Amino acid sequence: MSYIRLVNVTKRFGNVTAVDNLNLEIGKGECFSMLGPSGCGKTTTLRMVAGFEDLSDGEVWVGDRLLSSPKKHHYTPPENRNFGMVFQAFAVWPHMSVYENVAFPLRLRKLPAAEIEQRTKDALTATNLLKSANESPASLSGGGKQRVALARALAINPDVMLLDEPLSSLDPHLREEMRFEIKDLQRKYGFSIIYVTHDQSEAMALSDRILVMKLGVMQQIDSPLDVYNNPANKFVFSFIGVSSFTDVVWQSGAACIKGDNRPLPQGLVVPARMQGEAVFNLASRPTEIRFTNENDINAVRGVVMRKAFLGEIIDYLVKIGDQEVRVQIGRRDPGPETGEVCYLHFLRPFWYKVDE
Amino acid sequence: MEDIIKVEGVAKAYGKHQVHKGLDLGIKKGECFTLLGPSGCGKTVLIRLIAGHEVPDEGRIIIDNTVVADSASGEYIPPERRGLGIVFQDYAVWPHMTVYDNIAYPLKMEKRPKEEIDKLVMKMIDIVGMKGLDKRLPSELSGGQQQRVALARALVADPSVMLLDEPLSNLDANLREEMRFEIKALQRQFGITVMYVTHDQEVALAISDRIAIMDNNGHIRQIGTPYEIFEKPADLFIFKFMGIANFLGVREENGAYLVGSGTQQVPWEKPQGSGIKNWVAAFRPSDVIISRGGTGLKGIIKRANFLGATMDYMIEIDGEHLRTEIVTHEAISEKLMFNEGEECVVNFRALYWFDAAQMKEVEEL
Amino acid sequence: MSTIKKDSGFGVAQIILLISIAVLVIFVAWPVLLILFNAFFVDGTFNSSDFYAVLTEPETFQALKNSLIIASMTTIGSTIVGTFFAWLVTRTDLPYKTFMKSLFLVPFMLPSFIGALAWKMLLSPNSGYINTFFMETFGLTEPVFNIYSYFGISLVEVMYLFPFVFIQVCGALERMDPTLEESARISGAGLFTITRKITIPLVLPSIMSGALLIMLYSMAHFGTVAVLGIEQGIYNIPTLIYEKIHQSGGSFDSIRTGTVLATVLVVTAALIIWAQQKVLSRGHYQIIGGKSFRPMELKLRGLRYPLLFFCLAYIGFTILLPTVVIFLVGGVSTYGLPLTWENLSLDNYKYILFEYEVTKDAIFNSVTLGLAAAVITMFAGVMISYVIVKMKVRGKGILEFLGMLPFSVPGSVIALGVILAWSGKFGINLYNTVWIILVAYIARYMAFSLKANSAALEQVHDSLMEASRSCGATMWQSLKDIVIPLVRPGMISAFFLIFLPALRELTVSIMLYAPTTRTIGVAIYTLNEDGETVMSTALAGIALIIIVCGQMLINHFTKKVSE
Repeated sequence: MSYIRLVNVTKRFGNVTAVDNLNLEIGKGECFSMLGPSGCGKTTTLRMVAGFEDLSDGEVWVGDRLLSSPKKHHYTPPENRNFGMVFQAFAVWPHMSVYENVAFPLRLRKLPAAEIEQRTKDALTATNLLKSANESPASLSGGGKQRVALARALAINPDVMLLDEPLSSLDPHLREEMRFEIKDLQRKYGFSIIYVTHDQSEAMALSDRILVMKLGVMQQIDSPLDVYNNPANKFVFSFIGVSSFTDVVWQSGAACIKGDNRPLPQGLVVPARMQGEAVFNLASRPTEIRFTNENDINAVRGVVMRKAFLGEIIDYLVKIGDQEVRVQIGRRDPGPETGEVCYLHFLRPFWYKVDE
Repeated sequence: MEDIIKVEGVAKAYGKHQVHKGLDLGIKKGECFTLLGPSGCGKTVLIRLIAGHEVPDEGRIIIDNTVVADSASGEYIPPERRGLGIVFQDYAVWPHMTVYDNIAYPLKMEKRPKEEIDKLVMKMIDIVGMKGLDKRLPSELSGGQQQRVALARALVADPSVMLLDEPLSNLDANLREEMRFEIKALQRQFGITVMYVTHDQEVALAISDRIAIMDNNGHIRQIGTPYEIFEKPADLFIFKFMGIANFLGVREENGAYLVGSGTQQVPWEKPQGSGIKNWVAAFRPSDVIISRGGTGLKGIIKRANFLGATMDYMIEIDGEHLRTEIVTHEAISEKLMFNEGEECVVNFRALYWFDAAQMKEVEEL
Repeated sequence: MSTIKKDSGFGVAQIILLISIAVLVIFVAWPVLLILFNAFFVDGTFNSSDFYAVLTEPETFQALKNSLIIASMTTIGSTIVGTFFAWLVTRTDLPYKTFMKSLFLVPFMLPSFIGALAWKMLLSPNSGYINTFFMETFGLTEPVFNIYSYFGISLVEVMYLFPFVFIQVCGALERMDPTLEESARISGAGLFTITRKITIPLVLPSIMSGALLIMLYSMAHFGTVAVLGIEQGIYNIPTLIYEKIHQSGGSFDSIRTGTVLATVLVVTAALIIWAQQKVLSRGHYQIIGGKSFRPMELKLRGLRYPLLFFCLAYIGFTILLPTVVIFLVGGVSTYGLPLTWENLSLDNYKYILFEYEVTKDAIFNSVTLGLAAAVITMFAGVMISYVIVKMKVRGKGILEFLGMLPFSVPGSVIALGVILAWSGKFGINLYNTVWIILVAYIARYMAFSLKANSAALEQVHDSLMEASRSCGATMWQSLKDIVIPLVRPGMISAFFLIFLPALRELTVSIMLYAPTTRTIGVAIYTLNEDGETVMSTALAGIALIIIVCGQMLINHFTKKVSE
């Protein structure tokens, strides 16, 4: 059931279209991520939902409340939208104690003193901050500050939580920990999340569904596993994790990797739609390639350019023709040495036209 | 092979803070040697001592058979006459000079003829992939490009040793991965000795011939090849420092070894050692084999995280937690896509046994 | 390979350190110490009761009170005006904001004593143009406003000092992370609540620090009080010091009163500086953000144009009107004539530029003094800053303290100290020569140079120099190739930071001038005192032109440097 609805939402800055005719339906209690490189319009979209940016066109609804609609001259200011929001740079107020930061939105709502205290304490307990309640946020670490921001957003018990790259300012270890905390809080409180990030693994780990955006245009909306397994296009494939794109050409009727005159093995079937393409791409992920032997019907011959032992994994750069492919195997898996000839089995090849 | 850099009994203190004491280290000619340790362990101090920006309180330092600093005789050769190339964390390219002038500077100091300088600098610019950018100012370059200029400047005068002090930590993850391979390639191409200082174990594993692990007290815990350090760690500190580590508490009760607070017995080789009641079984995520049935320790999937290329599971076994990752493609094909709350069976490829008392030191890491 | 012994006792570093300390001691510390010594020691013995007696003389006590009253009123007024305008140009949708912002900075470059001169002509109770206009037109018997009053003096000071607060608050508001306010908004706070509960508290340290700066400046301010106060017998500490020294011709008693007053001034200034450091260090929040968006703007709606009009009216009344008056009065043949076209000509300007010895000398003196002081302090400043910022030598703590000292020593105190130190008592007599003014300028402007050069040196990270050492350059070579080119912008800005204020300087030179060593400031002031109002005003007009041209030159230059 859809709860937050974006209908034909468009945002233009001068001649630049930052968000182009976006339609979204996000369910109650859903964790929805907007993923894309910087400048793809994800933050602008979030800020339109929050009310910090006007819409150039379209409508934003939450439940049966219309929040923004330039056509109907309707605009609810952010302070009346009753959302929780967490920002990348923490945005906790350094002149207030942790407790006062969290109590602030409740005081604005003129709740009875006892209730303010109760709800502030609840939010602080949920974020493990109760013992720091009287401290200044400046004395907390980055993770601590972001907890304060979370608690402050939680305190009003919002139906919708907007998170704008909330973990990018934290170190990797903390980022993972906070990711789990956000997920746990969502389970406990049941709010909907709109989460903006440029980190695909963060989006994958947190979300029920992911929107992938590029230059203001929606590329794919799907569950994390579907985005990974069935990327809608070349851009989505390249954006989800490490990837290699190998140029393939037709040579006297047979598909060959560019610079290599051996036809691709019979196990590696080129889809029919690539017929007639001068150059097209074989796309692969380093974890979905295995070393095999010459006699395998899937074997593509290459030479190991570089082998790097990275602890848990061993990272290879393999040259086929004049193309390079990344391969990663587990540290206990057998693999060739630098300079050796090797044979690759593409376990899950994807095929794309060059400009797809 | 002979040591090109020798550090003998070096001590250095700042006020009351004793950073190094009786430190010995040898770096072999032509190798890529990494000094790896947590931040604040004194590795930068050591590189500064070798470069000559600091003077040791005790001991001596020898570079290429020349004593460059000796506290006993008071000998000290200033940095400009040690013949080293250095790359700093903040690049330290001179903002008022063009790429060309930055790289040419060491050669100008050696008063080489103009044509030779020109030839060497243009060659170097080409090698580090900055062709056509020689007239740019550093402010017009990206972080990665600035670091390339710093590398070229450090290499151009053909130094005996190149010192790199966390050169990649200001770069973003993708660039860092790219640059570490480039540094390695340059080292091979020039056949130069490299001493590399970092706190990032992945970089250290990727580029080094040998790694020295330094702990928070400035002591060197182990020196070895990346493989030795990772697969045969000398102690728990190194094991934990080198990557994601799992620790399973195991207690000994009447000759039986039981996991966590439960009653499951460890099904593998027992630890060697007497008088220790509480053990820790340590292993890497890649050492965990999970399955839906069969023999092994029974556990519950507490958390299942899809991270794209990998599935990340947290498993609870009788109050103890462990993390493992499995390649998504395998998880799908082997039917190992677990949901949270499902039961699973855990086996291990390899284990290290440590005394639980050692855990205290590594908790902070 | 040859070797160098480490710690060879007396190295280059120690020599630079000693020279630096010597410069600061001779030019800055010694004069100040002489003042303290003279204030507390009578005939070589410590005598604090005498100090107290001088302090409680009605005349001196009144001057202390006056200083406090004027400084307080000025501070409060400037803080309100400065904060309001800063908020208006950074947080509202006021039209032409960037242009308005630069307009509000104009008073910064105008010397307030010239402004005071203009206001005297506009609002003096009997002959001010505005007062006479109203009295004649409406037949009033009383003047509309008497500028010769505490209120009048403070009002004029506010006009010229509020940019101190304005610029600090603008900076804080512009750098502030907009999400700090946005998060309050999404929490449910309206713009008014956000301003009250979030914005103002967060910029409060900046407001306070600007306010304290104004307090410091106003306490030690000479020009406005001298021009507007003396007629009604309103003296503050600096004007009383001047009066004492000037009238008694350097008698022992007047010097003593002067040193006691100067001591009070130094202590007050030190307290204010201390308070400012405290506010800055403790209350300075990390409010600079990561991702930047445009900050929220309050929609002024119907008030947009009325407020713009108000701002323009303020600028017109406080800047344009006095400036126009200066140029007009400078053009009439006799002061008091109505300002009509028939009475105006350029004759006065020609006269003071090409014929009148007093003004010709003054312009020459000011320009040469300014250049000399700027060049000397610029080079001394680089050297001393280098020791403070970059060198690891023992004893640089003293240097840091000495470097901070000039910040808290007001101009009139420096002048008095220089008189004590350089008028023959210690072998060198510079009194009544232009050199004594130069010495005083060096002391006064050293702080500016240290500040600009230290800031530039802080930007030069140690590793830049270490990198050149590793590339084979010696220490001197590295200084020449790396450090000096990189701090050159700092040196140039130090030069201008000294040259321009020195051009319009009054407080120091008024205490030290001799008939042939008047500066522009002194000439304007003394001509005015002697009743040569028209000549004085014409010279003020010329000074304004020089200052504005100089400022434009700087702006042009600094823009080039930053590009």
